[in-house]
Amino acid sequence: MDTLQQLSAHLQAGEVEQARAQTQAAINSGIDPKIILDQGLIAGMLVIGQRFKAHEIFLPDVLMAAKAMYAGMDLLKPLFLKEGMPSIGKAVIGTVQGDLHDIGKNLVGIMLKGAGIDVIDLGKDVPPEKFIDTAEKEGARVIGMSALLTTTMPVMKKVIELARQRGIYDRTKFVVGGAPLSLEYAREIGAHAYCFDSVSAVDCVRGFLTAR
Amino acid sequence: MSSVLEIPITSVLPLQRAVLRAQGVPNGSATPRMENLANRAIVLLGELARPLGEMLSCSREEFSGIYAGEGNNEAVTPIDAIYPRAEQLSLFAVTLGEPVSERISRLFDAGDFAMGAMLDAAASEAADQAAQYLESHLVKLLRSSRKLAPSSGVLRFSPGYCGWHISGQKKLFTALEPGEIGICLTDSFLMTPLKSVSGVIIVGHKSIFEFDDTFPFCVECKTHSCRERMNEIME
Repeated sequence: MDTLQQLSAHLQAGEVEQARAQTQAAINSGIDPKIILDQGLIAGMLVIGQRFKAHEIFLPDVLMAAKAMYAGMDLLKPLFLKEGMPSIGKAVIGTVQGDLHDIGKNLVGIMLKGAGIDVIDLGKDVPPEKFIDTAEKEGARVIGMSALLTTTMPVMKKVIELARQRGIYDRTKFVVGGAPLSLEYAREIGAHAYCFDSVSAVDCVRGFLTAR
Repeated sequence: MSSVLEIPITSVLPLQRAVLRAQGVPNGSATPRMENLANRAIVLLGELARPLGEMLSCSREEFSGIYAGEGNNEAVTPIDAIYPRAEQLSLFAVTLGEPVSERISRLFDAGDFAMGAMLDAAASEAADQAAQYLESHLVKLLRSSRKLAPSSGVLRFSPGYCGWHISGQKKLFTALEPGEIGICLTDSFLMTPLKSVSGVIIVGHKSIFEFDDTFPFCVECKTHSCRERMNEIME
């Protein structure tokens, strides 16, 4: 098994220290950092995502693997100082205004980063303007919104309406998630996708960012 | 006047399998590492949680006004048919306290995602157990004063479920004043600390609790826990 395969294996097993050590070994052996990222870390997380979808592993396994991934990424970050960590695109995520639930949103953020997406996490209780202002400023093509209350779901519609008013709706994809939501609701408010868990969110957002 | 209870932490700590199930891990599928993580989360929860409960008896007429809330309930709900036939109604609220929620956030910030999520799952289970503790407490009180017949059942409902709109929290909070145990309500009707539960405990003849989960809003329910709870009453 070569260095990057070993790195991917340690990541998949959620072995943080071994993943860190293997990332360092890969750096020391002169492998391009982008290759370490793509073929070691991201490759490992993609396998994790597939195994989770196939019900071979479960959420705790995914999160332990994510921790191992972050350990490796921490070593790679300084090596991308000038241009920043490479990514397939940017996504702005947050829990909408009036809502403080953030576990689901946090899981989505973790998984999106694990898939090589640059995530700007606005946190919780995020007003509509902040989603749009940040997406414009950062050039993010995806906005992901989370809500766990029926009383805060309508804020998602306000964000999308604001995007239309500001003329960015056509170049931005809106992804929504949260227990009270549904595909029907997503369509009703003009969102492009409803994701029921963090792994489906990765597939969805990757698809949007890599589409021509 | 409401009564405030300190709930023993040992009464609310969840079982390992309940925490793992809440994380989507089927029974028998957990690895030793996952089991260890769940156990550590339960121990941590035991160190952080300070469960408190509050209860207030109310009449059917009083509850009618509280239940009507802000006028946002579904047109027809099981509670509509149950509470008018209730023998006892008791508003309640429980909380595990803010330190639990704070620690969950800190674990995620520190990159300890698996422990953060496991603690969150354990806390959610514990909050539910705390509500169950209050229900059992009420049953004990009623039995000791011979106000609970063998034909009686007890069931609790919370705003946000079974057609009772979450904005129903507003009138519930006005009546119960759970600020006494540290629970606040935001403008979007969200309780803080997050690991809190509120609602009404209804006592009455078992037959009043029978209903089918065929209401329009039942389609969106992710748990249908009413079935299991109803079966327990009818046994």
